[in-house]
Amino acid sequence: MQEDKTHFFDKPENVKRLLMVFYACCAILVILDFVLYRKAYHSLESIKAFYPIYGFVGCVLLVVIAKWMRTFLMRDEEYYEPLDEADKELAMSKQGKEENVGH
Amino acid sequence: MWATEVPAFLPFYLGAIIALCLNDKLRPIVTLIVPLIGGYLLWFLPEGIHWQFAFFDFQLTPFKADKLSIIFGAIFHIAAFIAGLYAWHVRDKMQQIASMLYAGSAIGAVFAGDLITIIFFWEMLALTSVFLVWARGTERAIRSGLRYLYFQILSGLLLIGGTILYVHAGGDISFGYIGLESTAGWLIFLAFGIKCAFPFFHNWLTDAYAESTPTGTVFLSAFTTKTAVYMFARAYPGTEVLIYVGAAMTCFPIFYAVIENDLRRVLAYSMINQIGFMVCGIGIGTALAINGAVAHAFNDIIFKGLLFMSMGAVLHMTGRMNGSDLGGLYKSMPKTTILCIIGAASISAFPLFSGFVSKSMVVSAAINEGYDWIWLMMLFASAGVFHHAGIKIPYFAFFAHDSGIRTTEPPTNMLLPMGLAAVLCIAIGVFPNYLYSMLPFEVNYTAYDTTHVLAQTQILFFSALAFVWLTLRGIYPPELRSINIDAEWLYRRLLPNFVTVISGYGRQIENALTTRLSVSTQVLLYYIMHRKGPIGKLAQSTVTSTMVSWVTLLLASYLLLSFL
Repeated sequence: MQEDKTHFFDKPENVKRLLMVFYACCAILVILDFVLYRKAYHSLESIKAFYPIYGFVGCVLLVVIAKWMRTFLMRDEEYYEPLDEADKELAMSKQGKEENVGH
Repeated sequence: MWATEVPAFLPFYLGAIIALCLNDKLRPIVTLIVPLIGGYLLWFLPEGIHWQFAFFDFQLTPFKADKLSIIFGAIFHIAAFIAGLYAWHVRDKMQQIASMLYAGSAIGAVFAGDLITIIFFWEMLALTSVFLVWARGTERAIRSGLRYLYFQILSGLLLIGGTILYVHAGGDISFGYIGLESTAGWLIFLAFGIKCAFPFFHNWLTDAYAESTPTGTVFLSAFTTKTAVYMFARAYPGTEVLIYVGAAMTCFPIFYAVIENDLRRVLAYSMINQIGFMVCGIGIGTALAINGAVAHAFNDIIFKGLLFMSMGAVLHMTGRMNGSDLGGLYKSMPKTTILCIIGAASISAFPLFSGFVSKSMVVSAAINEGYDWIWLMMLFASAGVFHHAGIKIPYFAFFAHDSGIRTTEPPTNMLLPMGLAAVLCIAIGVFPNYLYSMLPFEVNYTAYDTTHVLAQTQILFFSALAFVWLTLRGIYPPELRSINIDAEWLYRRLLPNFVTVISGYGRQIENALTTRLSVSTQVLLYYIMHRKGPIGKLAQSTVTSTMVSWVTLLLASYLLLSFL
């Protein structure tokens, strides 16, 4: 494998900078809700910052519930049928790598 | 112009026959020329009935065009061209011919004016598409293809049964509004519902689309489900039950998509979510809602195709498709990354991308008609789709932790159609009026006003914020090599287990019976052997002289009797 150069997201400060811009955008969007006139077709919509709250809470709930669903839905990859050879090798090598990391 | 009278499916079927006789080099050219010719003919196609003939007592209309069928025909041609270009490098005769027949069948189905023609193309859709699953050649793909075929055949049988009942009850064979007033209506509804991936009938999609070849899935994602959406738009507009089914379809798959590891399966779940919006729109049934559903089907074919193409490119180049095995690919596949992000932005309905101009129509229609809960479910699903298709797909494939995989960009023939699809996504998003002018009803809707744009941007940014927060806090579920139980468990686990248990009982009963029986059988056998066996009385052979003496005795008695 060739040695490759450092990429944009390899530097933590770049990630941090990007996140800062993103947080700023989020803040601006909430402020805009108070500044701009947004037509309310439904009574819920007239609540200020309804969409940001709904989006955030909805997604957190989505992930938390989905994660909880794993406790009773998740099964081994070969639950229904065996993996194909190539996939199996990949799974084995991956496992090996993880074990090495663990030691 | 005479050429417009050519039924739209014919170029594809003829193209498939021609491709059959050509060598590996020429065949891909045919797969590209055919949609171009078809598209050219479609461009000049006027509305109306173009081909009609009597078949026994039925008046068949295999080729009829109106605004609804033309927009679906148009997008199917575009999809066939894009997918054909994407599969340019494929040197597999079976796949190439199957995909042409498949595209032709979908086009034939949307231009069919009667139920018998629809049955024909409905079955052809099933039979041709399954080869695209089998083309992968693995054991799993072959079994998955079989399961896929069972569902498609079931749908076909329901359609045939429904049609027979419908015609028997005095219904017209021509295809129009059917409704749910009769048993026939319900059977046909269910037939369309299976192909539309209704809940509990949806696993053929998540199963087969994740097992097909990288190029095959691009074809599969375009035609089958959207043909079913078209059928609903024509035969069941304004059917209330569709609203609730559609709303369920928008919501439940996103939970599965969040915890699914196979990224093409994540896309398959998100496809059900998108079809949910269309089904919902058709159920609401107002002009705005139907327009929204049709426009969304149009856009979905492009952006879902783009996403499947980008994931196909990853699979083609790395041989991996699990989120747990991928990551950091933006370093070696920057173009694919950008194209994938454009597809992700479109499916998430970011303003200026195609999903926004169509999805907002359906959502607005729900709120206009007073379906408050449905509206809230759709908002939740909009946030959720961004979460799994908009962020998860690009993030786990191209960013996340570096998997160490270093590869190159896919071949040009794969990048080009992705670029084309990306351009279409943005073009439709920026200039929605071209799409709006093709819709079946007149459009009095502006997607770009402060209210829509602000609300949508807020909901998307804050669901992204939720993702960032959950990831930084380590709450976001990691990608694990695993599968999740879904409705398919019923027929992949419960039913086989049930059969095993029943046959186990059967064997026990059989064993008990045989032990009982064997005693009496042996007694009987002994008895028979004693009488008729080699040493039995009746089986003993006698010498010839015995017979002669008996004959002499007989003749003597005759003689004696004659003297009396």
